[in-house]
Amino acid sequence: MVGNGMAGVRTVEELLKLAPDAYDITVFGAEPHPNYNRILLSPVLSGEQTIDEIILNDRDWYAVHGITLHLGNEVVKIDRAQRKVIASDGTVECYDRLLLATGSSPVILPIPGKDLPGVITYRDIADTDAMIEAATRYRNAVVIGGGLLGLEAANGLRSRGMEVTVVHLMPWLMERQLDRTAAGLLQASLEAKGLEFRLEAKTERLVAGESGRVAAVHLAGGHALPAELVVMAVGIRPNVKLAQDAGLHCDRGIVVNDTLQSFDPRIYAIGECVSHRGSTYGLVAPLFEMAKVCANHLAQMGIGRYAGSQTSTKLKVTGVDLFSAGDFAGGADCEEIVLSDPSSGVYKKLVLKGDRLVGSVLYGDTVDGAWYFKLLREGRSVGAIRDRLMFGESNLGDTGHQGQVRAMLLPEDAEICGCNGVCKGRIVAAIKERGLFTLEEVRKHTKASSSCGSCTGLVEQILMATAGGDYSASPKQKPVCGCTDRTHHEVRSAIREEKLLSIPAAMAFLEWRTPNGCATCRPALNYYLLSTWPKEAKDDPQSRFINERAHANIQKDGTFSVVPRMWGGETNAAELRRIADVVDKYAIPTVKVTGGQRIDLLGVKKQDLPAVWRDLGMPSGHAYAKALRTVKTCVGSEWCRFGTQDSTQMGKDLERALWRMYAPHKVKLAVSGCPRNCAESGIKDVGVIGVESGWEIYVAGNGGIKTEVAQFLVKVKTAPEVLEHAGAFLQLYREEGWYLERTVHFVARVGLDYVRKKVLDDIAERKALWERLQFALDGEPDPWHEPERASIDGRQFVPLAAGSTARPDHAGMAQSIV
Amino acid sequence: MSGMDGCRAPAGALAFTAVCPLGDVPRLGARVIERPLEKGGNVAVFRTADDRVFALADRCPHKGGPLSQGIVHGDRVACPLHNWNVRLDTGTAVEPDQGCTTRYPARVANGLIEVALEGAIRVAPDGPIGIATDGAIGVSAIRVAPDGA
Repeated sequence: MVGNGMAGVRTVEELLKLAPDAYDITVFGAEPHPNYNRILLSPVLSGEQTIDEIILNDRDWYAVHGITLHLGNEVVKIDRAQRKVIASDGTVECYDRLLLATGSSPVILPIPGKDLPGVITYRDIADTDAMIEAATRYRNAVVIGGGLLGLEAANGLRSRGMEVTVVHLMPWLMERQLDRTAAGLLQASLEAKGLEFRLEAKTERLVAGESGRVAAVHLAGGHALPAELVVMAVGIRPNVKLAQDAGLHCDRGIVVNDTLQSFDPRIYAIGECVSHRGSTYGLVAPLFEMAKVCANHLAQMGIGRYAGSQTSTKLKVTGVDLFSAGDFAGGADCEEIVLSDPSSGVYKKLVLKGDRLVGSVLYGDTVDGAWYFKLLREGRSVGAIRDRLMFGESNLGDTGHQGQVRAMLLPEDAEICGCNGVCKGRIVAAIKERGLFTLEEVRKHTKASSSCGSCTGLVEQILMATAGGDYSASPKQKPVCGCTDRTHHEVRSAIREEKLLSIPAAMAFLEWRTPNGCATCRPALNYYLLSTWPKEAKDDPQSRFINERAHANIQKDGTFSVVPRMWGGETNAAELRRIADVVDKYAIPTVKVTGGQRIDLLGVKKQDLPAVWRDLGMPSGHAYAKALRTVKTCVGSEWCRFGTQDSTQMGKDLERALWRMYAPHKVKLAVSGCPRNCAESGIKDVGVIGVESGWEIYVAGNGGIKTEVAQFLVKVKTAPEVLEHAGAFLQLYREEGWYLERTVHFVARVGLDYVRKKVLDDIAERKALWERLQFALDGEPDPWHEPERASIDGRQFVPLAAGSTARPDHAGMAQSIV
Repeated sequence: MSGMDGCRAPAGALAFTAVCPLGDVPRLGARVIERPLEKGGNVAVFRTADDRVFALADRCPHKGGPLSQGIVHGDRVACPLHNWNVRLDTGTAVEPDQGCTTRYPARVANGLIEVALEGAIRVAPDGPIGIATDGAIGVSAIRVAPDGA
């Protein structure tokens, strides 16, 4: 590999993961340092971090992985005919595959004085050292270029005590990332830090002083600025000379195809030096995407393609929160939504084209940057949420972190992830020490945002501020898990189109990488098979989470909880007596009334479960399953003086029609008898509200991590219509939802218009959906009382006795299944 | 056919106890041998897709979750409480999680699963060699060499 930077080394890392023994790897690096995080040069310059802290792979790493490392040794020639490279010190290495990761160089303005001592660029550790050194000896610095890099350099020099003036050719700062208003706010806050700016100013020449070192910058129009240090930060240019000399086709960069191969298929190129579909990239996230694809191809797995990236920008200047992505300037066919609050230092602009978000600039409050960027990347229709778009993803009821939205202002010991008790300091430490770049990596290492996910925005902010801006360009469509590159959508489609009926068949057809999947993909596959081919696909209990295998909820101490079904939340004396008797007989420690109008028996030993079910004599409540849970009701017109409809009966009818319905995630319903809505229908997957003239149906509400108000779907007159519409909506969700996707996320993904089209406009489709659901549920067993038909492995309830080889009694349960 | 890879102790030194026929543990599943805590606590017996068997203390190194209730995949089990992945052959947590649970030599003989319930092995999280500390009985704890040593 030629080039020892972030893109190249990441490719090697990915390759080692896929095929550790496929190649003997040799790395040439022109700099004398092992791979370091170039993005963090700014914090090093400003004194917030040290060089050692930003090293990503130390020398030991290369040694451990058997990589030959030539540092401070530049490759000067590629001999394609004999497949070898020649380095500046005469070293010759042969290759089967060559990876060019030569990066880019700063542009030097062709002006008089450009070669004077004290005139530098800002690109690597040597430049950074030169600036730090100059700051100790000299007073005045001029930075030419008011872009991202220039401003970071200027800020760093200022924080080291120099008087800094930024000279910028354009009318406002960072014109490629910011509009004029945001740039004005940025300029004001940087001026408050002591920086000075000369805008629309052209540098004419650099003049030496008596010592021969640069002493002044002369601008067009006659102004002169004193400067003992001049930093040119006017852009970068891909390093293509080596490739060009070897006869490889180049335009701005080395031209590569979607598998990162140059015109010589043995030679790959990656990173800032490449030109892919006419674009060059200077941010780390797209380079890491390239690395993944390139490694995949080098490992001869051949299932990755790089299709280009969209990028976002974040300025790494302490105390300045700035985010920019996409086409923020807009155009004739674009519309802008703007929020401007100058005294609190907040400015947000969203640019929409039609009903898509195409660009965004955020200043001051960037917590929703990642969310906007996701909407932008996915090209999702935002028409339905347009009126709320500006207020961000966290405008409603996020819980767990006191409504905080600005992570960088929080102290180190502030708790970020309320689920796993992870504080900011631990996340920062993990990112620095382990060189993490993506949200996924942070989740794996710290567990932050890995449970409910409500703190994702905060974790992303911390990641952006700590590791640099460009964490976020994850692929558009995420694979199901690490066992495959297929997305949920691809898996669902293949199962339907190829009529796959078992997990091994699905894994074989979809080329799973692991022999029997993992705890993430197996339950998903099992659900997809069963929901796509009811009565044909065979359930695999070993691919279900323990709760659905034991038909009870596992608790932290390994005992289980049991929730019998109470239709519509109604019970009676006989049921309550039986519950009381069961509690006594099995010494069940806790009895709790649930939020779903049922009774939870907590602390049941696993071996007691079959007997508890039998003694209760009530149906399974499926409180443990990704399935229909409760139908919450108010008392309705039967008793309530305000009630307009018999909501309790409607709830019971819905529950009897839909129970035993497995779904991508849990499903909760509610029916209220009047708009006072005592059953809280507004935060349910399907909420029904009785009014004098009929029933209103709301869908895709959620009362959990993030309170989401259900959206109005339709108003109907009769109870059978409620059943048909609710059932059709749920069947659509069952057929097209992704595993572990709640209805709120499903509807957000496909759009309420799509749901309306399928369930309202197309009457035949609605009836077909409702019929398919009834077919799927017809004759499904109650797992508590028909364990054999429900394929429950009864052996799990019986402990093994060491020393005895006799087959134990199976407590009346089925003996099935190997 | 056994979970003994890496264990250098002579098999004869260990007392194997027959537990149940192989067929009584589902493929990609587990069963539990109940033991009182003072005798080392419950032991989970796992069976992989290719009929290898392993035995681990039924306690996740994270928060003590019952590993026997987890989803078995490859030669790992995912703890049902917080989804830590634990290697069946070593009892160690899969990176980036760290920790280790006690394991017991297990094998299939004449169609029966046998476990050396007094042969607790604990590989310390920060080093390949260690003596059982959790749930093991001192006299019968044995030293193991690092894999491949």
